[in-house]
Amino acid sequence: MDREKKSERKRLTIQLLWTLLTNAFVVGFARGSIYQGKLKSICVPGLNCYSCPGAIASCPIGAMQAVLGSYEFRLPLFVTGFLILVGTICGRFVCGFLCPFGLVQDLLYRIPFPKKWHTFPGDRLLRYLKFLVLAVFVVALPLLVTDLIGQGYPWFCKLICPSGTLMGGIPLIGLNDSLKESIGLLFAWKMGLLIFLCLVGVVLCRPFCRYLCPLGAIYGLLQQASFYRLSVDQDACISCGQCARVCPMACEPTKRPNDMECIRCGRCKAACPTEAIDLGFSKQKKNSRP
Amino acid sequence: MKKNQVSMLLLLLGCVCLGAGWLRGENGVILAKAIRICLECVGIG
Repeated sequence: MDREKKSERKRLTIQLLWTLLTNAFVVGFARGSIYQGKLKSICVPGLNCYSCPGAIASCPIGAMQAVLGSYEFRLPLFVTGFLILVGTICGRFVCGFLCPFGLVQDLLYRIPFPKKWHTFPGDRLLRYLKFLVLAVFVVALPLLVTDLIGQGYPWFCKLICPSGTLMGGIPLIGLNDSLKESIGLLFAWKMGLLIFLCLVGVVLCRPFCRYLCPLGAIYGLLQQASFYRLSVDQDACISCGQCARVCPMACEPTKRPNDMECIRCGRCKAACPTEAIDLGFSKQKKNSRP
Repeated sequence: MKKNQVSMLLLLLGCVCLGAGWLRGENGVILAKAIRICLECVGIG
């Protein structure tokens, strides 16, 4: 139990430090403005809205839609390459450690509630929804629905992204009277979605990551090929099921160590009584799966 | 093909795409979008 607490404390520290580092433009929060430096031409690995007053770099999903919707390029080579690189190196480690909205959801799940849901019937099937979100709202709509000069809109940001509402919308609208006067039905919809996800997030761990996050979908696809891997020593494993019980994403590490839903939080490793689980860049042992 | 070979190929592909995107100036589009308040992102546009 002590090992689990230590591991979670370490992860929380990394999540907090990363969020502070990538949202270090503190002046933006005071002025109600955003950072306009050249660092914004590169991306951070997690879902971090570039309209957050503190953001010092760009959100990869926002950047991908910006290029897809531009009349000059259409094919987002830079962001795709960036996501392939990050995903191949560390897979969904990004979700577990380097995503500010993942941190928000982890904190929400820490709020005490009489009954917490680990999983439910249909949970696994619903998780494919994020691939549909990626295909429709991130790729197809920005590419195909364009205005007179051929520019598309960031439909995922516009209609879904709760990270943008929380990190960009609320602080900017709160600090700018002109923006406050412009809010309407769209803002109400986005706030409603954010509140809904936050409420569900108290009883079910990371609902946005499970069902809606297109970034999680991309990193999930690359998880099988990623160098940062989870492996289970089959000789040491006593099949007690403790790893599956503590997994916040309801994965079964002994059956599918590199499940695309695993966010590499390391709770299973810390909870394993026989230390049969390994997580890292180390080479796979002969008796480990897979 | 072994898993490690697939991973290495993906790394290579990632580097090529990243470099190609950088060379053709996609970062300019990203920068132009990211330094202005994105009204869609904040829920207004």
